[in-house]
Amino acid sequence: MQYALEISQLEKVYKGGFQALKGIDLKVKQGDFFALLGPNGAGKSTTIGIITSLVNKTKGKVSVFGHDIDKELEQAKSFLGLVPQEFNFNQFESLLTILINQAGYYGVNRKIALERAEIHLKQLELWDKRNDSARMLSGGMKRRLMIARALMHQPKVLILDEPTAGVDIELRRSMWTFLRKINKQGITIILTTHYLEEAEMLCRNIAIIDNGLIVENTDMKSLLATLDKETIILDIKTDKTVVDLKEFDSRRVDDHTLEVDVKKCQNLNQVFTQLTAQNVTVRSMRNKSNRLEELFVRLVNKEKNATTNVEPVGTI
Amino acid sequence: MQSAVNRIALKSILHKEVHRFMRIWVQTLVPPAITISLYFVIFGSLIGSRIGEMGGFDYMSFIVPGLIMMSVITNSYSNVASSFFSAKWQRNVEEMLVAPVPNWVIVAGYVGGGMIRGMLVGLIVTIISLLFVDLQIHNVWVIIATVCLTSAVFSLGGLINAIFANSFDDISIIPTFILTPLTYLGGVFYSISLLPEFWQGVSQINPIVYMVNAFRYGFLGISDVSLVAAFSVLLAFIVVLFTIAMTLITKGIGLRT
Repeated sequence: MQYALEISQLEKVYKGGFQALKGIDLKVKQGDFFALLGPNGAGKSTTIGIITSLVNKTKGKVSVFGHDIDKELEQAKSFLGLVPQEFNFNQFESLLTILINQAGYYGVNRKIALERAEIHLKQLELWDKRNDSARMLSGGMKRRLMIARALMHQPKVLILDEPTAGVDIELRRSMWTFLRKINKQGITIILTTHYLEEAEMLCRNIAIIDNGLIVENTDMKSLLATLDKETIILDIKTDKTVVDLKEFDSRRVDDHTLEVDVKKCQNLNQVFTQLTAQNVTVRSMRNKSNRLEELFVRLVNKEKNATTNVEPVGTI
Repeated sequence: MQSAVNRIALKSILHKEVHRFMRIWVQTLVPPAITISLYFVIFGSLIGSRIGEMGGFDYMSFIVPGLIMMSVITNSYSNVASSFFSAKWQRNVEEMLVAPVPNWVIVAGYVGGGMIRGMLVGLIVTIISLLFVDLQIHNVWVIIATVCLTSAVFSLGGLINAIFANSFDDISIIPTFILTPLTYLGGVFYSISLLPEFWQGVSQINPIVYMVNAFRYGFLGISDVSLVAAFSVLLAFIVVLFTIAMTLITKGIGLRT
């Protein structure tokens, strides 16, 4: 199995002594759609920074398609495309100039770069703006410009650091469609995001990083399977003031809303049977929160509790 | 294969740099032309006519090579300093840092851009000078070599300044407090042979003296220093500054955390 990315015992200590990464190991398979999640300051951007050589590592190994960044940095870089969290293009240049220059840094000549720029700008609905100065674009357009820029040298691995931050839902969905499409074409995608619904929908494998450590690294299905309880919100119609559900924890939020905790060993049919028996009509239902979100909060809190429960050295 | 990539990458950086200063030509090409025209009018025509000869030439002819060199120095330096710092500030320098561009290509690209602007401004100033003086050429190869090497030295200096700079103020400190005094004391307006012996000795440690005099030799055939010394100083500065710039970029000083 060829790995698109292999990270081994990666550590980063910033000036001033802050340890952002405490020896993480990570493997991303070729062609994967991989989520790297974690709370703010967990070490996601530091990890991405080291992979893309924007951050100097303190210790450990990073290889991109088998090319060690310490020994074959240029080869490793040529496989990577980066969509950073913050806008980092020249705001005064036109979109075409930005794309053509970026392609040039990877050795793509101007003629080919122009052809690719047209393809990507059209795909990302920016072609009409090609001669505009980048500072004139909206936030969503700037994000799409950074995706187009990252694709100019046809990378094998695309790293997206919160690509949909501040993007409206319609545009976010069109970006998901685009990312799925390029992943199907063979590009390995590594995604960090705060929208856990996004990670759940798009990614096949996942790593959760917290406080500089990987606290979970598995495939999405297995992770979601560990969720032992889901809370369902039911929109109900009934004249009764009390709705009684045997063997289920439930709460009446208001006249029309009932929250029910459904354990892994239970099923929703039992809920509907009991509600029908009590002459309660269910008009609609939804999950209280995203399943991955529940697991994420649980994993991160577990780590936090473990950390706070450790007695400080030197105390009795 | 990598050499083809490097060639295209270098061309891209050079193209970007030239495109940048040409796009804002009112800020980059016009001001030096106006400033130097004022020097020609005030120091050359008005005051110069009362000074008489210097080094066997009328004062205007004497100061023209120095003034051209002054504009080359200032523009080479400020082009790289402001362009590289802007790229750092807007973070678009990361476009190059994440790409497989070797550090020497980044240095060469920015320095090349600075040299092109310096020499273009030098050419504009030379054309303007023709309105005031009949410019003679003693040795065209010395002129070309001196202007190329000098613009390379100050482009490298501007790059190092930009690497260390944390604010736009930081890229004006060196030009204001070091470059301008050294240029004015570098024999642009006078022959250092006019100075007392002690100050002649002090002037020998000012590298701009060597550059201005070598350049003046190319036009007039006179110099206060030997050409060998002048080119040795220029080459030594290029080697030292290039090594420093490469070390800083390789270590990621001011660029990588």
